[in-house]
Amino acid sequence: MDSALATLRLMAAEPSFALAQALTGLASASSLFLVAAGLSIVFGVTRVVNFAHGSFFMVGAYLAVTAIGWLGGGAAGFWGGVVVAVLGVGLLGVLVEVAILRRLYAAPELFQLLATFGVVLVIQDGALFLWGPEDLLGPRAPGLRGAVEIFGQRIPTYDLFLIAVGPVVLVLLWLAFRRTRWGVLVRAATADREMTAALGVDERRLFTGVFALGALLAGLGGALQVPRETANLHMDLNVIAEAFVVVVVGGMGSVVGAYLAALVIGVVHAFGILLFPKLTLVLVFLIMAVVLVIRPAGLLGERGAASRQGAPEAPLRPASARLRWTAAALFAALLALPAVAGGYVLVLAVDVAILALFAASLHLLLGPGGMISFGHAAYFGIGAYGAGLAWKWLAAPMVLGLAVAPLAAGIAGAAFGWLCARASGVYLAMLTLAYAQIAWSVAAQWLAVTGGDNGVLGLWPAPWAASPAAYYYLSLVLCGGGILALRLLVHAPFGQFLRAGRDAPRRAEALGVAVGAQQWLAFIVAGAFAGLAGGLFAYAKGSVFPTYLAIPRSVDGLVMVLLGGVQSLSGPVVGALAYVGLADELARGVALWRLVLGAAIIVLAVAFRRGLAGAVGDAAARP
Amino acid sequence: MLRRAILGFAMCLAATVAVAQEPIRIGEINSYSGMAAFTLPYRNGWTLATEEVNKAGGVLGRKLEVVARDDAARPEDAVRLAAELVTNEKVALLAGTFFSHIGLAVSDYARQHKVLFVASEPLTDALTWEKGHRYAFRLRPSTYMQAAMLAEEAAKLPARRWATVAPNYEYGQSAVAAFKKLLQEKRPDVSFVAEQWPAQGKIDAGATVQAIALARPDAIFNVTFGADLPRFVREGTTRGLFRDRPVVSLLTGEPEYLDPMKDETPEGWIVTGYPWEAIETPEHRAFRDAYRARFNDYPRQGSVVGYVMIKSIAAGIARAGSTDTEKMVDAMGGLKLATPFGPIEFRAIDHQATLGAYVGRTAVRDGKGAMVDWRYADGARYLPDDAAVRAMRPQQ
Amino acid sequence: MTLLAVDGIARSFGATVAVDGVSFGVAAGERVAMIGPNGAGKTTCFNLINGQIAPDRGRVAIDGRDTTGRSPRALQRLGVGRTFQISQVFASLTVRENVQAALVAGQGRALSPWPPLRRREAAAADRLLDQVGLAGEAERGAAALAYGDAKRLELAMVLGQGPRLLLMDEPTAGMGIDERHALMELVSGVVRGRGVGLLFTEHDMDVVFGHADRIVVLHRGRVIAAGTPAAVRADPAVREVYLGAEAPPCA
Repeated sequence: MDSALATLRLMAAEPSFALAQALTGLASASSLFLVAAGLSIVFGVTRVVNFAHGSFFMVGAYLAVTAIGWLGGGAAGFWGGVVVAVLGVGLLGVLVEVAILRRLYAAPELFQLLATFGVVLVIQDGALFLWGPEDLLGPRAPGLRGAVEIFGQRIPTYDLFLIAVGPVVLVLLWLAFRRTRWGVLVRAATADREMTAALGVDERRLFTGVFALGALLAGLGGALQVPRETANLHMDLNVIAEAFVVVVVGGMGSVVGAYLAALVIGVVHAFGILLFPKLTLVLVFLIMAVVLVIRPAGLLGERGAASRQGAPEAPLRPASARLRWTAAALFAALLALPAVAGGYVLVLAVDVAILALFAASLHLLLGPGGMISFGHAAYFGIGAYGAGLAWKWLAAPMVLGLAVAPLAAGIAGAAFGWLCARASGVYLAMLTLAYAQIAWSVAAQWLAVTGGDNGVLGLWPAPWAASPAAYYYLSLVLCGGGILALRLLVHAPFGQFLRAGRDAPRRAEALGVAVGAQQWLAFIVAGAFAGLAGGLFAYAKGSVFPTYLAIPRSVDGLVMVLLGGVQSLSGPVVGALAYVGLADELARGVALWRLVLGAAIIVLAVAFRRGLAGAVGDAAARP
Repeated sequence: MLRRAILGFAMCLAATVAVAQEPIRIGEINSYSGMAAFTLPYRNGWTLATEEVNKAGGVLGRKLEVVARDDAARPEDAVRLAAELVTNEKVALLAGTFFSHIGLAVSDYARQHKVLFVASEPLTDALTWEKGHRYAFRLRPSTYMQAAMLAEEAAKLPARRWATVAPNYEYGQSAVAAFKKLLQEKRPDVSFVAEQWPAQGKIDAGATVQAIALARPDAIFNVTFGADLPRFVREGTTRGLFRDRPVVSLLTGEPEYLDPMKDETPEGWIVTGYPWEAIETPEHRAFRDAYRARFNDYPRQGSVVGYVMIKSIAAGIARAGSTDTEKMVDAMGGLKLATPFGPIEFRAIDHQATLGAYVGRTAVRDGKGAMVDWRYADGARYLPDDAAVRAMRPQQ
Repeated sequence: MTLLAVDGIARSFGATVAVDGVSFGVAAGERVAMIGPNGAGKTTCFNLINGQIAPDRGRVAIDGRDTTGRSPRALQRLGVGRTFQISQVFASLTVRENVQAALVAGQGRALSPWPPLRRREAAAADRLLDQVGLAGEAERGAAALAYGDAKRLELAMVLGQGPRLLLMDEPTAGMGIDERHALMELVSGVVRGRGVGLLFTEHDMDVVFGHADRIVVLHRGRVIAAGTPAAVRADPAVREVYLGAEAPPCA
């Protein structure tokens, strides 16, 4: 705080500095806008949230570096290289749209998010394969290398160029959508897809064109970053989080909104760095959370259409005699496992049990609740930190730690769920992602309390549970119990009304059911069980790290639920088993494991939307 | 009867020979997919060393075999893989890791399960001090040691007003803390007037450079690296931040960080690193030639670390005369060996190796970044005194 | 005292005045139909009463208690049951569970964690299903119901909560002619038997004139006539709106 005041005093003494900082903010705003605009356009027309947009950005940067290298130096080489990169990324966009997205337009958002996340993984390994692991430094833009003095402050000319590019692209997009026949058709398709199709417009080509435009813009954004930074393999996920924030804050589908949001974020960020240099990561997500709580559809967004739920679920049936016997036999086999299997199998089995509970808790929101939680790792991680910090600061014994874990995560679920109350569909996904990122930033950067990214270490089980077999039994009882409790809850009025509120919210309200409260409670319950899983995980690994609440863990959870099948209560368990097995095999034997995993996710989202449990159920139901 | 006895004896013998010839397995965990630019040269390094050791007859008459695993930059995966390596693959010891937190996680596993762990790359001071224990050793010079090397140089500068810029996580924060403390010990007149903490990999370079410029420091201490560094350098150069302003920068002289900047490498920064082209000691030349012959590429800092890691482990096992964990741990404490950088020792007091780093200035040579005016800073000289180490390290 | 009293409610959307000072009442045991040509403001008026939207002015009272602008949930607690124009049932529950859900919700136990919904109020649910003629469908998923059956299920759900005032938006839309009258007979029986008030909108004039005790006619957001079917049938204003000015007065 003192340093913030000191900085303010310095700035007051040197007003031209504030101007320079504002210009810097405007330049980053333009960069942000270029990436976000394509994302927003694609969403506006196709209703697909494209996780792979950051990958297009990254490929744009790499292609530009390579193409400029081929074409040689000089202005022609540089700008020619940019054009080649932009067109190349456009082509990549067409390829992705035709091969994957085209099959997903009618699917629930979740599958689109996952499929495009699969594309991210594939492109990551593809880029590593094509361009190698080293960061590539491209040349600076010819003629724009220097700086100009404005009131005694040196401003890079390239920044001024970027400041101009943003509005120019905005105007061009506006003209393309308002003044061309293509733009009119696209807007018609945005407003009413069925009618446009009925009038004989080839919607598929239209969508391919829109997706290519989005990819072009991402490629342009990436290519224009070349003079500012190296092309590197972390660009994709670095940029996508911020692009999401810009698009969501601006209002999904609104290009003008995206520009406004980019301005706000760019400028706030530039000054935020001065006043709160340690809060930069949180700042962006805080802006997003605040905007969405006040305006759930973003600055210029319209209240989105209801989220797509896909085919209705079959009614829940009581466990058949066969299922009960299978479960009992499975449980007996699990009890006997330590007698026949060695240490590592037990370690893996503990992982499976914990992740199954984590996935089951997520399933409560995704399946019966019909709510996309894209930041479920937050509860897992907060549970783990609850146990870890109780041990670190209060020397709490393991039993107490395992009690604190669900409590802490349940409280987090109450807080986040309350803040998410008005959102649904993609907005809900983005909000939950934002809260998880805030929680992650706190865990990673609040060194004094959490130990930062070095984590909490030495959190091993109490002596009575220290042996692999004992800890295995403990996990089995707690996770099995948790999964059973979740199952009973879903069959009870609580869960059935959750499903009812998802199917027909107005009907439920008219029958006197508080659908919002029901969903809020579901967040608390799901959070608490995820937290219990996190606490168990902390003791199993002996440590807690910020990665426990990072995006990849949330995605793990989603993949497990979908792998198992979102419409099946046993899905999460099957999914966890399959996923841990797959990941373990991949990490040990396969060099390009992200490519394999990404491809698996894409196939799952495109072709096997009912998951493994669903497929098995179908086979069993066949006469 | 006799025939059966002879047969039995022969079979026994065969079995003993088989055991003797079964390789010694080293469980190695690293972020191969997460940090490919660093871990691939490192993998080459340990591959070369393993081949050299085995060509020379192995250790205790057995060959070395490295069983490598990718932790995907996730500490929880690293812990699981450690368990897999120890219980399934029956490795004699664990080694490797790049990120500090993963190093600490595996180290804690090693402490709990009483397995030897030779950490190669993680820099965090906690590994050998606050969280140090009997079973963990570390090869590379720690954050503190490298900061101490630079603080020594920084103290020679006339600058009094310093600014720092470091990634906002444990590595950045402890590097700045160590640098501040050591510099102020030598130069009580020094003050720190600005701190910038960009998120790792996400520096907003223009705004960060401006913010530093606002405080008008005499000199800058930089800890940013990887993708952040070229961004910071470009913005700082364009905006004139480095004009008449010395910069002291951690790790920037390592080829992994220097090479991507090519002809835009800033001139005259005081850095720690590895001037691989220029080191002409016989040990280093032999290593460099062998590495180039084997991989048709030049060695990076990681290559040296991977290479010396295996050489250290081989020397440790040879000294222990056994792959028994307690014996190996005893043998590693105080172990001395020759490396491409010169002789090193794994200190018995804190299990930190005295491997040093090269301190010099950056320059552009033939359109590439290079280190000039360098000297080797022996790690042994940049560690706190024994009393301070004992105070930091938990008593066994 | 009238069960439902609507007093001068009005609502505009932008420059369009949808409902412009409508007043009428429904007594216990009375069936009131609200009719009017397309765009007359029926749906808006209906939604103002059932709490879906709030009026700009005017007031709605149930049993003398002001309920203007109350949420559908609050109205349910006051004994208002409603069915939707496009029937809304819980597609992923069985037919019986739909009714069980309504019964459990009526008891305020929607958050109950135990025992399973399917073991609650099963007998009562079956009685209601029997009443609406869906006894054979109890085990089926509600998603599989034919359109008319879904409407009857919705009615069973609402009746299960024992409402004092029934609001039905086009209760027979999409049904066959026989089905329509059967459904309205059923509703009429409940209204008479339990003294429930009924307000419904309807396009089918046979249903309206055959099953309403009183009719309220809306045109351009205002009430142009109200009274018994016979009185409304004879009302010149109604004839003009429906049949046009040139129509002969006694067609």
